[in-house]
Amino acid sequence: MLGPGIASYLIVSVVLFGIGSLGVLVRRSPLIVLLSLELMLNSANLTLIAFSRHVGGEDGQIFALAVMVVAASEAVVGLGLIVAMSRFTVDLDVDKLRMLRG
Amino acid sequence: METASEILVWVVWVGAATALFASGLAVISFSNPFFSALALIVNLAALAVLYLLLEAEFVAAAQVLVYAGAVIVMFLFVIAYLGGRVDAPWAGETSLQTFASVIAAAAIAVEVLVVIVMRANDGLSNSARISDAFGSPQSIGELFLSDHLIAFEVTSIILLVAAIGGVILGSTVPREQRAEGRH
Repeated sequence: MLGPGIASYLIVSVVLFGIGSLGVLVRRSPLIVLLSLELMLNSANLTLIAFSRHVGGEDGQIFALAVMVVAASEAVVGLGLIVAMSRFTVDLDVDKLRMLRG
Repeated sequence: METASEILVWVVWVGAATALFASGLAVISFSNPFFSALALIVNLAALAVLYLLLEAEFVAAAQVLVYAGAVIVMFLFVIAYLGGRVDAPWAGETSLQTFASVIAAAAIAVEVLVVIVMRANDGLSNSARISDAFGSPQSIGELFLSDHLIAFEVTSIILLVAAIGGVILGSTVPREQRAEGRH
């Protein structure tokens, strides 16, 4: 295998996951939370594909494609929720959504 | 010849990884979600380059088509539809929650990094030898229609359910607006 080994790809992936989780935890705009979620899903995809190359079987790539489908569905439902929030004139701020709190 | 291509792959890898980190940080730090979505496109392109280096040609193409072509366009439409309401300026003071979030994210990253570095020299060295057809659309398609047929069909059901859910969520109208007759 030319270039860096599998471990370097895994390190890139875990740093990307850290960036994504930081975005989910720190930002309060639901749109940026969704974008950070995409970052985390993509870093998991990078791990799957790196291990697929390492093991020499393509099943990891199939997994990655399935994760992509789930990410697309999650984006559809999340964006639908954000549009519904704006219709109901709720503040677009995840800290202010306390309707379900007892 | 061998060293030349080795150096080329390293240069491409370092470039892609740098672009990945820079655009990832840009996604979570812009106060305007429009620029965050644009930064995510750069992030996805850099990831596609890494996928190509890992011999996953079909996944790299699907990544650019599905994400940059469909998901990000959807994000941009919603951001444009909501206009200025989606701006998310940074809070002035750094709260205890922000501090705890940074520690939590760093803890996850460091834990996994330690494990990777511990295993880097035994389990993670010596990758398998692969044929030229590895990751080609033909072999992926064959796997999808033989070993992973159920997963293939289930993903289409997930997409259908998500599409129905998106339509229902998008067409919900508050009661007072419905009474006034403006939809």
